[in-house]
Amino acid sequence: MLKHRVIPCLLLRNGGLVKTTKFRDPKYVGDPLNAIRIFNEKEVDELIVLDIECSRVGREPDYALIEEFAGECFMPLAYGGGVSKVEQAKELFARGVEKLCIQTAALADLSLIRQIADRFGSQSIVVSVDIKKSLLGGARHYSAARQRTLAGSWTEFIRAAADAGAGEILLNAVDRDGTLSGMDVEIIREATAACSVPIIAAGGAATLAHMRAAVDAGASAVAAGAMFVFHGPHRAVLITYPRYHDLISALDR
Amino acid sequence: MIVIVDYEAGNIASVLNMIRKAGGDAIVSGRADDIKRASKLILPGVGSFDHGITHLQAKSLPSVMRERVVAGVPLLGICLGMQLLALRSEEGVQPGLGLIRANFKRFGRPDLRVPHMGWNTLNVTRKHPLLDNIGEEDRYYFAHSYYALCEDPADVLATTDYGGPFVSAYAQANVVGVQFHPEKSHRFGLRLMKRFLEM
Repeated sequence: MLKHRVIPCLLLRNGGLVKTTKFRDPKYVGDPLNAIRIFNEKEVDELIVLDIECSRVGREPDYALIEEFAGECFMPLAYGGGVSKVEQAKELFARGVEKLCIQTAALADLSLIRQIADRFGSQSIVVSVDIKKSLLGGARHYSAARQRTLAGSWTEFIRAAADAGAGEILLNAVDRDGTLSGMDVEIIREATAACSVPIIAAGGAATLAHMRAAVDAGASAVAAGAMFVFHGPHRAVLITYPRYHDLISALDR
Repeated sequence: MIVIVDYEAGNIASVLNMIRKAGGDAIVSGRADDIKRASKLILPGVGSFDHGITHLQAKSLPSVMRERVVAGVPLLGICLGMQLLALRSEEGVQPGLGLIRANFKRFGRPDLRVPHMGWNTLNVTRKHPLLDNIGEEDRYYFAHSYYALCEDPADVLATTDYGGPFVSAYAQANVVGVQFHPEKSHRFGLRLMKRFLEM
């Protein structure tokens, strides 16, 4: 039986690991390579590393650093941040990344997704979609790089992204990011109804019960940051990951 | 000497990493000369079927790979590499290498999310050194949208369940294909890679 994946999602900023709250206030949490080694030892299902600055400031991915990450990952590694050309994708795959996570370039034009999928396969492309709730509670499509909500239907966007060749959608609930307050099952339900590719739900997970709620809403995988890097009420940095049998009994039974 | 066949469509760094972790070494090459001297071959895989086969042809590799297989050199195809060993795939119009009599079809059940993406287990149906002593909970990473239909059921080594069983490993003499990624499957993939080194 296919397991529901549980994926630590690590944020990179100036070569260091940070954790945000609602996409703001990045707090330094340590050396990324060290964290990745620990996650590898804990046999995590997969790892996502997102450079949260590249697209914002128009910088190239840090290829050498990403190659070092890939060398420590004996599980799939997805990288996101600053990818807007097929040549960059080729370079990253050659350095050992399995998947690219693309948001900013996909918002501008889905043809990049089509080109990468045609050449490297749909399984190598994750389109990242950020959702922010408006004051009235409506779910709005959000651009992390431009830090503003976007016009247009986000469910139509993910359908178009899947049609263009995206193999997965990373669905981020911006308002839940770093809050450890539980996941937004409503948008997960809408996303899984809108397209047939796997949905990776992110934002708000603190417990396996939160993750179970996301899976029950249709998510194929759950990503989390704060849950795996913080410990206790004072948010001390501690890298953790649930044990395999705990994951199975919480999510797959 | 193990040669990881470089045809600009595989995630080669990961395969080399895992071979080294398993205690072996390999070279990465797309040159016919190197492949002629190989004692083992790995055809890795990420990408689409026609793109892969076109690049193998552009480097004149299919014929030299077939020669090595006839000479008894073990060949392991991983994911797309497994698919390229077959006759055809619905994903493309080009014929595959034809080393295993199988055809690939896209997962078609409307209730299934495609790609089949994530960790899954094997049900070993035929004894083979590569899949020796696999535990029921041993898990492997899959990421694919097409699956094999073998013309000869005796070629099937293992099946995996995704909306019903599909062929997740097959072999014909010294040619083996696995649909999952041993290089990305933690200690389970490591063990498989060690067994391949011993083959």
